[in-house]
Amino acid sequence: MASTLQEQFDTEAQQKDASTLGMWIFLITEVMFFGGMFTAYTVYRRAYSDAFAVASSSLNVTIGAINTAVLLVSSFTMVMAVRAAQLGQRRTLILFLVATLIFGGIFLGVKAYEWNEKFEQHHVPGPSFHLEGVPQQSHAQLFFSLYFAMTGLHALHMVIGVGIISWLIWLARQGRFTAEYNTPVDIAGLYWHFVDIIWIFLFPLLYLIDRHLPK
Amino acid sequence: MGLLRLFPVQASTFAPDVDHLLYFLLAVAVFFSLAIFCSIFYFAIRYRRRSENELPRAIHGGMALEILWSVIPFGLTMVMFTWGASIYFNESRPPDNALDVYVVGKQWMWKLEHLGGQREINELHIPVGRAVRLTMTSEDAIHSFFVPAFRTKQDAVPGRYTTTWFKPTKAGKYHLFCAEYCGTNHSRMGGWVYVMAPRDYEAWLSGGASGGSLAENGQKLFDELACGNCHKPDGSGRCPSLSGLFGKTVQLAGGATVKADEGYIRESILQPQAKIVAGYGPIMPTFQGLVTEEGVMQLIEYIKSLGPPPGAPAGGIAAR
Amino acid sequence: MITAAVPEREDYLNVSHGLKSWLLTKDHKRIGLLYLATITLFFFLGGVFATVIRIELLTPGGGLVSSETYNKLFTMHGVTMIFFFLLPSIPAVFGNFFLPMMIGARDLAFPRINLLSWYLLVVGGLFALFAMLAGGVDTGWTFYTPYSTTYSNTWVIATALGIFVAGFSSILTGLNFIVTIHRMRAPGMTWFRMPLFVWAHYATALIQVLGTPVLAVTIVLVFCERVFHIGIFDPALGGDPVLFQHLFWFYSHPAVYIMILPAMGVVSELVSTFSRKAIFGYRIVAFSSVAIAVLGFLVWGHHMFVSGQSLFAGMAFSFLSYFVAIPSAIKVFNWTATLYKGSISYATPMLYAFGFIGLFTMGGLTGLFVAALGIDVHVTDTYFVVAHFHYIMVGGAIMGYMGGLHYWWPKMTGRMYPEGWAKLSALVIFLGFNLTFFPQFILGYLGMPRRYHTYPAEFQILHVLSTAGASVLAVGYAIPMIYFAWSLRYGKVAGANPWGATGLEWKTASPPPLHNFDKIPVVTHDAYDYSTVVGEAVEVG
Repeated sequence: MASTLQEQFDTEAQQKDASTLGMWIFLITEVMFFGGMFTAYTVYRRAYSDAFAVASSSLNVTIGAINTAVLLVSSFTMVMAVRAAQLGQRRTLILFLVATLIFGGIFLGVKAYEWNEKFEQHHVPGPSFHLEGVPQQSHAQLFFSLYFAMTGLHALHMVIGVGIISWLIWLARQGRFTAEYNTPVDIAGLYWHFVDIIWIFLFPLLYLIDRHLPK
Repeated sequence: MGLLRLFPVQASTFAPDVDHLLYFLLAVAVFFSLAIFCSIFYFAIRYRRRSENELPRAIHGGMALEILWSVIPFGLTMVMFTWGASIYFNESRPPDNALDVYVVGKQWMWKLEHLGGQREINELHIPVGRAVRLTMTSEDAIHSFFVPAFRTKQDAVPGRYTTTWFKPTKAGKYHLFCAEYCGTNHSRMGGWVYVMAPRDYEAWLSGGASGGSLAENGQKLFDELACGNCHKPDGSGRCPSLSGLFGKTVQLAGGATVKADEGYIRESILQPQAKIVAGYGPIMPTFQGLVTEEGVMQLIEYIKSLGPPPGAPAGGIAAR
Repeated sequence: MITAAVPEREDYLNVSHGLKSWLLTKDHKRIGLLYLATITLFFFLGGVFATVIRIELLTPGGGLVSSETYNKLFTMHGVTMIFFFLLPSIPAVFGNFFLPMMIGARDLAFPRINLLSWYLLVVGGLFALFAMLAGGVDTGWTFYTPYSTTYSNTWVIATALGIFVAGFSSILTGLNFIVTIHRMRAPGMTWFRMPLFVWAHYATALIQVLGTPVLAVTIVLVFCERVFHIGIFDPALGGDPVLFQHLFWFYSHPAVYIMILPAMGVVSELVSTFSRKAIFGYRIVAFSSVAIAVLGFLVWGHHMFVSGQSLFAGMAFSFLSYFVAIPSAIKVFNWTATLYKGSISYATPMLYAFGFIGLFTMGGLTGLFVAALGIDVHVTDTYFVVAHFHYIMVGGAIMGYMGGLHYWWPKMTGRMYPEGWAKLSALVIFLGFNLTFFPQFILGYLGMPRRYHTYPAEFQILHVLSTAGASVLAVGYAIPMIYFAWSLRYGKVAGANPWGATGLEWKTASPPPLHNFDKIPVVTHDAYDYSTVVGEAVEVG
């Protein structure tokens, strides 16, 4: 097993500890990164709550809810993959990684469909933007600017996640993971759950929060 | 005067306030700098290394000292905070009888307009001994209205009104600068503030007016844009009456209230849908692009000049 | 080429040769030297911009360059110096090189990520360089909207992308440091045995990790605004230009501490080593670094006292700003107290430490001026602020950097620099610095706004003094470049511990072997225990 221990570390445990801590710190930077977006969203939602309510209500909750479910299931399969890796079950590991990959792909596909819908409905910020029922178009446009920036960044993280999982599948097929050495699966799992959690915040903020207000 | 001044002239009521705080801070700064520099010099000479093998006895610290040199500076900084904040508080509270001047910054000039309709570019004429309140905005980038002799500075931010005020105490000619970087000719965006004796100021005012006061021009604009078709003075139109509006608290649809100040009126002209008055529909079109920032200021002055409609309860009108 | 000390012993410099062995190295020491070379280039570039600016300001009416060019010059001076010199300077060079050695590790936790950080800085730098060569950028390093998003016709996006990429370099360096400090300490190296340099870098890394992502997202928004015109910062579309300032300063104020905290760490090492005494109040100094890092996140609004933010916000930010002053003051007092009954050597690094304490004290005290609301309204956006932050950045951070460079040069290269020349240049830098920037305090209070290409004639005398100082300063910075290069070949061979210092980095050969230590040390003493290094003790005091 000496080959998986890098020379700066003394023990496998130290190496695994370091990698895990590194991923947690990276996730903290991600929280700050999305935090800037959430701040902008909060500021403008407070300033233009009426326009934001109408714009928010125009989003398709059903599709959003389906995607939320898809992502939650993918988190479950990711957990199973991590468990399989820890038990050293190679076939199960690959199976669950592929499942996670598929659910991630479904999410992105649905997202692409949703964005395309926005193009057709002229809900994409730009000269041809129009949202029915909002007197101040520019305020609704701000909502959609933030919608695209936030969901776009989230989708970018999903794409990176899909890339990482594909790479893990490739490594797993080569038999690189064992019950003793599975750190990459472990920290990729952390990343995947984090991207899920971001969506868990995005979904209510963008789709749900203003539904009770008058349309 | 002399060849090299170290302090700017004091030409407003704020100037001595700010300078006194500066003297206090300078005294504190000089005291601590000297204390530290002298200690370092003294220790460096007194305890210089005399042989390569010296091993001084370790001193690991002393809590009493640490507390002492945390608490004393903290106390001093709280004095600085309170003093500085009280000046700032005064600077943000213009007196009621202040003379209003409207300011629009644009790349790269200051456009100023007096209530009497006198317009100036890169120059401001004001009387000595009278508080002046500036209401300002910008047409493009952020600018900053800075008169060192008054010790005041305020950013002019596009899309909103900011205000500042000062009370000149000394007649003279003082620099006006733009202090917020705004592009190529930023360093040339400025001119002079002329503080004049009241009689000279009256003479200047009567010489400068051309084509009506701000409120009169506002009325013309009001008629040109046909605002009165909906905003009927007796409230019978499709839109709320503007009589006696200024300074009042307005009830909005949705339950919130807002004070009808310059910022609210400006927003209602340029982004009429942002705040809808309770009981009215969102039918007013935006005038963004149709009215200039100066036009908006004229309209505001016109609306300010509208008295209460006959028979209106006096309580609803804020005193101005 | 760097040549090793005369006896052929394998060290990190001669263990492998060729360009590839450097460009693909995972050794934190070599990466430190790659950073050193990179940021020296950027420092030179930023210095050239500064030189032209100062020459231009000799006369009030402009004339050497156009206003457009002048605006680009001060923007590029700021961008280069802040993002490509000061932010990486001490952490990326000395932090990289010495942090693992000081805690007794063979390398950082993630050597490949460390190399990636350097490449990110280079790529970011190339973006910025491209923008400069293609025509420059004129927004000021602060990129205030809506000027930067709507009105500027210059290379805003390329420059912003460069900063964005370089920001990830900073994040990854901070991440690497935190994990390394948590997980890689040698046996016996407890938290309170760590040198204060390491504590300072821990605090710095916290800011890098928590603050830089906010800059990144701000740049993303500026990018979207400029390219797609989405309206986030455009008042005509309902956006708020001041929101940019909040987001920008939420990072950029703490970023000041990314630049100064490491220098404070260096100075703690220098003061202790050259007075041969433990730092007075070690724990207080250690905690004050963390306190500065935490409090630094709560004060960003003090850059915006005249931006039209609410009265209450202005007061709250002013109040909080004074809290940051206390831990900074505590450090200065503790360094001074450390000298008491010490054995003080006047070696060049110590001269820089003295210079740091003096200039940082003045920079810090003038910080109290600009934190006072009433005064800041007058001096914000004037030369007073320019002078204040140059006392912190140049008088503080660069003094610390130069002190560290002289202190660790023998360890990095195995050679001593020429002491006489070094002392002379330290003195020249100190004098030149004060002559350059002290007049700017007076200029600022008189009302000279910053970023002015032309100015009223009455300010000329002070500007001429400042320019005279800048030319002295330039000479001061040129001398070390020459003698450091000279010393690589002709310098006296340095022993393992030429200063009689206590850090673990001095317990291994100069230059160190590939994995730093022949055998991982076991730590049994507190930091700064000089009884372990001075042979025959002679009591003093």
